[in-house]
Amino acid sequence: MQTQLGSSDDRYKLLEKSMKKLGYDKNALIEILHSAQETFGYLDKETLKFIAKRTKSPYSKVYGVATFYHYFRLKPKGLHNAVVCLGTACYIKGADKILTSFEEKFEIKVGATTRDELLSLLSARCVGSCSLAPVVLFDNKPKGNLTTEEAMQKMQEMLND
Amino acid sequence: MIREKVRVKSFKINGIDVTGASNQTILEIAQENNIEISTLCYLKGLSCVGSCRMCIVEVKGSDKLIPSCTSKIKEGMEVTTDSARIKANREMILSMLFSERTHTCSVCVSNGNCELQDKSTELRLEHSQVPYGHARFEIDASHKNFVNDPNRCILCSRCIRVCDEIEGAHALDLMGRGMDTRIIHDMDEPWAESLSCTSCGKCVYVCPTGALYEKDISAEEAEKKRNIIMELLERKVEQ
Amino acid sequence: MINSLEELEALANTKRCNEQNCQEELRVCVGSSCASLGSENLKEILDAAIKENDISDACRVKAVGCNGLCAKAPLISHCNRATKISILYEEVEEADLDELIQSVLNAAPVTHKHCDITQDFFAAQTKIVLENAGIIDPDDIEDYIAHDGYKTLFETLENKLPNEVIEEIKKSGLRGRGGGGFYTGLKWESVAKVQSEQKYIICNGDEGDPGAFMDRALMEADPHRILEGMALAGYACGADKGYIYVRAEYPIAVEKLTRAIKQAKKLGILGENIAHSNFSFNVEIRLGAGAFVCGEATALITSIEGNRGNPRQKPPHLSDYGLFGQPTVLNNVETLANIVPILKRGAQWFKSIGTASSSGTKVFALTGHIQNSGLVEVAMGTTLRTLIYKIGGGIPHGKKFKAIQTGGPSGGCIPESLLDLEVDYESLKKVGSIMGSGGMIVMDEDANMVELARFFMDFCKSESCGKCTPCRVGTVQLTELLDKFVHKKATKKDLELLQNLSHVVKDTSLCGLGQSAPNPVLSTLKYFENEYLEGISND
Repeated sequence: MQTQLGSSDDRYKLLEKSMKKLGYDKNALIEILHSAQETFGYLDKETLKFIAKRTKSPYSKVYGVATFYHYFRLKPKGLHNAVVCLGTACYIKGADKILTSFEEKFEIKVGATTRDELLSLLSARCVGSCSLAPVVLFDNKPKGNLTTEEAMQKMQEMLND
Repeated sequence: MIREKVRVKSFKINGIDVTGASNQTILEIAQENNIEISTLCYLKGLSCVGSCRMCIVEVKGSDKLIPSCTSKIKEGMEVTTDSARIKANREMILSMLFSERTHTCSVCVSNGNCELQDKSTELRLEHSQVPYGHARFEIDASHKNFVNDPNRCILCSRCIRVCDEIEGAHALDLMGRGMDTRIIHDMDEPWAESLSCTSCGKCVYVCPTGALYEKDISAEEAEKKRNIIMELLERKVEQ
Repeated sequence: MINSLEELEALANTKRCNEQNCQEELRVCVGSSCASLGSENLKEILDAAIKENDISDACRVKAVGCNGLCAKAPLISHCNRATKISILYEEVEEADLDELIQSVLNAAPVTHKHCDITQDFFAAQTKIVLENAGIIDPDDIEDYIAHDGYKTLFETLENKLPNEVIEEIKKSGLRGRGGGGFYTGLKWESVAKVQSEQKYIICNGDEGDPGAFMDRALMEADPHRILEGMALAGYACGADKGYIYVRAEYPIAVEKLTRAIKQAKKLGILGENIAHSNFSFNVEIRLGAGAFVCGEATALITSIEGNRGNPRQKPPHLSDYGLFGQPTVLNNVETLANIVPILKRGAQWFKSIGTASSSGTKVFALTGHIQNSGLVEVAMGTTLRTLIYKIGGGIPHGKKFKAIQTGGPSGGCIPESLLDLEVDYESLKKVGSIMGSGGMIVMDEDANMVELARFFMDFCKSESCGKCTPCRVGTVQLTELLDKFVHKKATKKDLELLQNLSHVVKDTSLCGLGQSAPNPVLSTLKYFENEYLEGISND
């Protein structure tokens, strides 16, 4: 069933190409997963099985690796995404309160996507912009020195975009 | 990679003079000399991962507690396996294992035939020193012969190793990380649907608890099958 | 292709000559903090304005890395190469750019954007590792070469034997800047003496401590220096292959390093038979994928090999059994950035900076409740007071200082009574913290230390790989216990268990993550026990 994949979808061709570049090397599994996520936006089981077959790796191993690293997404992202940095500098400047306000407002837990697939709410362990704490990345654009109110305002601006 | 020549090393365990080959571990030499060290993730014939930390020992000159299953022996080392410090740490580690998931022996298929349970008798641990967690996992009973109950799993990874190293199927692995770590078949699919699983049952018979078990089987039968696997592993060591 | 030291010098001279006519330079910081506030856009506007005013012969705009004062981002500095006067402008906005251009034309500074704290902030610093940061264009290998870049590598290949390099590094007393503080020279030596067909040099750029961004800034601002340090390590140890393991969360660093490798390869500075010598060295980038534990040596290696980032028990050490089972040197970004200056100026010079046990400088990311948060580099032995009050400008809003946290989730908190502590590896360890990779988080009087301890424990809980019992279960148990203290629902027994469990996790965990996870708890217990006692309910 899965063997039929690849042929019809251009994205599989892209993935095939990057795997070929890496010599279908088992050791390059994480590189391959990065490029698959870039191509597909997330990693579903079909894609992961395709990778496992091509690199001759056990299914369970590929799934184990993909679920170990939090950078990899196994579900599609929302149309917009907000990443609240929870590094120490952000935390002591109130990032947790920003996150809670988002969770309450959109009725989702961090890591989830709203039912209308409009917003994915994520957190990061540290985006390294500690001097601007607290920092939220709205669609990958960092905004710093935010109060909870300002953060909510920026969020609305992004969603209305 | 340096390949050193195997040499004979003399050292002490609990004050007793012992000898072994330089490629052997403290645990192996202790067992050869009938010195008991508690183990859980260790299984003779499988690779050593040093993950459960039950087999910790002290080595004179270091303030660290090291797992004896992965530590190679050294000339002149002085190993202690049963100090008050080791006992206290071991009890806490065992408590943590009991607290992590649901280990209610009275309703468990492996009651009376469980290595985790044996450890509590061995260490005379009557109740956990830490509060019980409330993790709940779904049970996978899809396979015609076997059941996977993650609620009783201690993540020793014996099943993964035996499947990969002995059966050669690598149907099992870990997914997630930290407290969410779980044993999976293929891509976290029902056991019955796993394409890699050969239904050989090795994973079931090396499981130290009731996490993996065979349906509708008598205790004697289970014991017999377990012995077959253990013999297979022993033979692998001799090879 | 550059085949010799002479050719390298020739290229450096050509580059310097070409720029001689161009007296004025506008350096726009495009490091992460400034870039996030739109500095790249500012650069484009400046570029267009220069063209429009037809002054591109006299003035050029240069994108540079971080100069450290991230609190005042975006930063632009205006330098006159002849007078060597440089003016730093802070919080520059689009509206200011016209004035800035005019100031270049009229040689009259824009006073209202003038950054006036530069004196205090920069004077107490000693820049070695960051000497090029904020000055050179990280995207331009020729700019690096014009600043004597790769000269050390070429000179070493011509004039020094590998063991002489190791001796020099050993004599310098350089210690690992990633946290452990192991002597770099000894590490190299142990790999150099192993006979093996294949050896590896790995640069650890998996900077994961929340509140630390030293390595990110370095990789973004001066990527070639890291490559040069790696090549020198390769020459000294007999390795011809290097990997840089970088967090995927640092896209700008990845971009700069990728470009740097490409440029160096093109000029033959990386590749086969560098400068006609027998020495070959190639570097590849490997991306992390969001796992703090991969900063640990054995986890990082297994991650490069395409596995779950579970650490393994040491020994065997990496010098015997590292990447793909081969002898491997693993150095932190900042450590490798110290190699070139040591070999250029000598071990004696390096040893003259810092303290007896810890030579050289350390880069710190100073953040939290502090005026001038940003990236600072000071000689080892600088006091916390200098760092916080002189360089950092003190605590904002007239609040009182309470504690400083160093070493991230593996470190500890240091109270006010120890502000005169001279910072080095030993002194920090003595007071229950660690150097770590260099995050320093300042907390004012309102900070709750139990909550901070809980924050770090929660972090370790979610970053624990789950392999060993004490770390996997212990961090969960400890977080729940700390929760009780935060909500003032703890009992006296809980306090006992908290201490007991902390020691078990510290003593029995498999890797550094678990072994150090209880440090924030233990150090806050030591200095702020009253806050824990306040968490015990009386009912």
